[in-house]
Amino acid sequence: MSKIIQSSIARKVVMALSGIFLVLFLALHFTINFTSVVSPDTFNELSHFMGYNFIVQFIMQPILIAGVVIHFVMGFVLEIQNNRARGVKYVQYKGSANAPWVSRNMIISGAVILAFLGLHFYDFWIHEMAYKYIEANPEDPTRYYAETVEKFAPFWRTLLYVLSFGLLSLHLWHGFASSFQTMGVNNKYTPSIVNFTKIYAVAIPLGFAFIAIYHHFNPIIH
Amino acid sequence: MKIYLKIWRQKDASSKGKMVDYTVEGIEGDMSFLEMLDILNEELISQGEEPIEFDHDCREGICGTCSLQINGRPHGPDTRITACQLHMRSFKDGDTITIEPFRAKAFPVVKDLIIDRSAFDRIQQAGGYISVNTSGNTVDANAIPIEKDKADHSFNAATCIGCGACVAACKNASAMLFTSAKVSQFALLPQGRVEAADRVLNMVRQMDIEGFGNCTNTGACEVECPKGISLENIARMNREYLSASIKG
Amino acid sequence: MGILDSKVPKGPLAEKWTKHKNEINLVNPANKRNIDVIVVGTGLAGGSAAATLAELGYNVKTFCYQDSPRRAHSIAAQGGVNASKNYQGDGDSDYRLFYDTIKGGDYRSREANVYRLAEVSGNIIDQCVAQGVPFAREYGGLLDNRSFGGVLVSRTFYAKGQTGQQLLLGAYAAMNRQIHRGKIKSFTRHEMLDLVVIDGKARGIIARDLVTGEIERHSAHAVVIASGGYGNLFFLSTYCMGANVMAAWRTHRRGAFFANPCFTQIHPTCIPVSGEHQSKLTLMSESLRNDGRIWVPKKLEDAKAIREGKLKPTELAEEDRDYYLERRYPAFGNLVPRDVASRAAKERCDAGYGVNKTGEAVYLDFASAIKRYGTEKAYTSGIQDPDEDTVRRLGEEVIEAKYGNLFQMYEKIVDQNPYKTPMMIYPAVHYTMGGLWVDYNLMTTIPGCYSIGESNFSDHGANRLGASALMQGLADGYFVLPYTIGDYLSKDIRTGKIPTDSPEFDKAEKDVRDRLEKLMSGKGKHSVDYYHKKLGKIMWDKCGMSRNEKGLKEAMKEIAELRKDFWENVKVPGSADSKNQELEKAGRVADFLEIGELFAKDALDRNESCGGHFREEYQTPEGEALRDDKNYKYVAAWEYKGEPKDAKLHKEELVYENIELKTRSYK
Repeated sequence: MSKIIQSSIARKVVMALSGIFLVLFLALHFTINFTSVVSPDTFNELSHFMGYNFIVQFIMQPILIAGVVIHFVMGFVLEIQNNRARGVKYVQYKGSANAPWVSRNMIISGAVILAFLGLHFYDFWIHEMAYKYIEANPEDPTRYYAETVEKFAPFWRTLLYVLSFGLLSLHLWHGFASSFQTMGVNNKYTPSIVNFTKIYAVAIPLGFAFIAIYHHFNPIIH
Repeated sequence: MKIYLKIWRQKDASSKGKMVDYTVEGIEGDMSFLEMLDILNEELISQGEEPIEFDHDCREGICGTCSLQINGRPHGPDTRITACQLHMRSFKDGDTITIEPFRAKAFPVVKDLIIDRSAFDRIQQAGGYISVNTSGNTVDANAIPIEKDKADHSFNAATCIGCGACVAACKNASAMLFTSAKVSQFALLPQGRVEAADRVLNMVRQMDIEGFGNCTNTGACEVECPKGISLENIARMNREYLSASIKG
Repeated sequence: MGILDSKVPKGPLAEKWTKHKNEINLVNPANKRNIDVIVVGTGLAGGSAAATLAELGYNVKTFCYQDSPRRAHSIAAQGGVNASKNYQGDGDSDYRLFYDTIKGGDYRSREANVYRLAEVSGNIIDQCVAQGVPFAREYGGLLDNRSFGGVLVSRTFYAKGQTGQQLLLGAYAAMNRQIHRGKIKSFTRHEMLDLVVIDGKARGIIARDLVTGEIERHSAHAVVIASGGYGNLFFLSTYCMGANVMAAWRTHRRGAFFANPCFTQIHPTCIPVSGEHQSKLTLMSESLRNDGRIWVPKKLEDAKAIREGKLKPTELAEEDRDYYLERRYPAFGNLVPRDVASRAAKERCDAGYGVNKTGEAVYLDFASAIKRYGTEKAYTSGIQDPDEDTVRRLGEEVIEAKYGNLFQMYEKIVDQNPYKTPMMIYPAVHYTMGGLWVDYNLMTTIPGCYSIGESNFSDHGANRLGASALMQGLADGYFVLPYTIGDYLSKDIRTGKIPTDSPEFDKAEKDVRDRLEKLMSGKGKHSVDYYHKKLGKIMWDKCGMSRNEKGLKEAMKEIAELRKDFWENVKVPGSADSKNQELEKAGRVADFLEIGELFAKDALDRNESCGGHFREEYQTPEGEALRDDKNYKYVAAWEYKGEPKDAKLHKEELVYENIELKTRSYK
């Protein structure tokens, strides 16, 4: 790790690779979540599979967590280094004149997403861990849908989720295409990559937000 | 026109600097920005004050000596020009203009608006050349045909004037555009391919040693570059660097 | 021969250089490590020389006042670099390049030097390509050429409009490689303030660190002056702001002869002065004259109305325009050489026909070219009977493709659209052919002190052809000096390191300190620029595009008076022991105030008109230059004797064995 951190380009590549990995994960996550709107049974089945499959739980989940940690830690390291590289600050700095807000403020969107992840982990992941490993409850392949919908009952949580998805959208808007540039891809396909990024950056967070709002307004009537 | 100025004054590298207010009158639109500063300086001298020191030389946008951050942007509000090509017609009577040196840890202030960009020289010294002796005993210039498209791209990268606007504009004070322009110029030519791997590794290492920030692909450098050097060069350098690293 | 021995080798012209290289002494590689060379200036000549000397094994120190060697003003050269490669198969040869250069220089340069220049020109291109200079190429992948003024072949290699930049970056890269190896020590933001001569030999320099103000001593076995030209003595020129004659002039004061100071090139197509505030002039490429027609109004009242903004040039009828170049020179028209075009513009403006508010501008009009190209384009695109707007649009497209970047540059500076209204141009100083006198080995009259590039006088005679400056700088630096300097240094292999604590260094440093102190002690109220502008005005009015005896005598007197006033009164704020741009300028202007007088004296001595030197007394009834080969076929080399007016003239007779002297005619 220390060797990698020594080269600026390698640091960027680490950011790009972990970023792309997380982008792919988002697509998967969204697909599974979306089934909760269409078919609660499918959602339960998939969730159960993910929750109890050995490969998912003990190989992919640690990789994912590592990806998240690397992306965030490296993000903060880069931010600190980049801040130091300026030295004396400008009295007047018109960043908006030459670069979009999203690209200049990845640290802000990133930090909000990190905070959101805290809440999200608290809501689902810690709950799951406790349910499975601490309380050692028996397997119940039908509980997931109800638990999920339940979470979105409070207005505040739905609102926080939706806001975070907004920031996620901004983060993806710059980050996704940017990772291609970092990996050295800048050619005739670049405009298509940028366009795809824009669609992806809007569609995925919008979809997540839709799911949250949908469940908020469609509680399970007991 | 009457112009209000806020200008960074700093006695020398070790002193603390501050912004100082000045006013100049009788400014015409046809004057260049630097000629406006000349007028201010003549006034300061006549009042027995020390004039404001700023770097400039060719005053036609090619030497890359100007290093003024004008109203928060390198080389001022216009694009594709250096500060010496900026004219006062871009401003209006009563405007306040803030002038600072390009800021980067790797570009320490020498005096007032003058900075030390020798970091750029050292990056070039680390490998920004093709290792041939200048004996003249090389092969004939037309012995190796070069695809026009590649030659043109190489030329476009080579037009970098080394002013440092890319660093000044970048929120991370990154020198990737500068370094990649030189890496690209040679990487695109058959003469430069021979030592391309060593070149990119050495130049990037030196760039990092100098303390420039990391590129986050905001694209500010490309927008502010007076010569319009493209971000494609950074992507090319990343490619070159990755393949050189993997080959070890 | 007298005191000036040009040391031109014997033998046939084409064999001189090879023979000379074979016969001169060499220094063995082990000994080169013990020899130090100082190079002052890091432009094309200095940069290429430093790199090559370091490659050979010498320990090189380079000095430049800029913050990086890459910023030297060679970078501003636009057009290209000549080489007799004959890639186009249009009959070019070393001889033809040699012939064109001698003729273009109006027969005032040394045959052997110019032939050598032509001979090594091809090597420059090979070398630069090997270094990765991205020259323009054709679709087949081979190098492209363009043609330039004054010649009948296409021999100019180019990199868009930035050839100088690309070549300089090539030399800078070669330097960087040697800096990295530790063979060059590069002193940036350093200015040479004096030459140190020990036992008659150049042994070092006194330099000032421009950041700390510290005065430093640097010793070496040889000193190479590559500090460029002195055109900035005109205040307004296309030179960079910092260009100066200090290194060359200090060398002159220490004993090097200064040759042909009055040979200055004034380029016809520059953007005119817009007002008192002007600090610098911008060149527009000579290529514009291929399609632009130069004119002024025929009637004085129209010119006045235009100056006052009451009349637009486009409103003036064809018959009220005076296309004076086409009128005077029907054969060459707008494509007469630079000196002729410049003088003609001045003549019209002096007569009151100038077209901008200062009265010093003429029109360069593309309207007829736009119309011609537009009609052609419409025809080839199959448009029958195109209307005026279509023709105009198509024509503008063609012009944009050819000159787009220049038009854009013009619009940025002048804020007028040159597609719609004619451009305004006026001549400006941009190159000095004169410089330190050097022999065939490029050594000045001080043993061990060399001068290369624009700072010497040798290759361009009284007028330089386009794209030849880059050629000369690189030829001197890469291929000539590194050989010839070895002949001299071969005698120094046992000398050992030159100590810097000798009485000569003490004395030189004291001189420098006294001078700085004096500059700082002025009691008056005027700044350096005040004096520089005054000097510039005297030079421009009396030693500019046309000169006469009365004006030159006045100029000498006025400059001497101005110099006296300057030394007593110039106001330099700040201190000498820190960064002080005013002090830097003051030192440079002080030297301009001396060379200006010598310039006028030289022009006064030369009772003929040749190349860039036009004496009103010596012209044909039609107003053309009248050269006097019988009496003035010599290089005027001036020896320093205190005041510039007391300088002593030494003549190097020019011998033309291979070329017949002819009168240039462009009628």
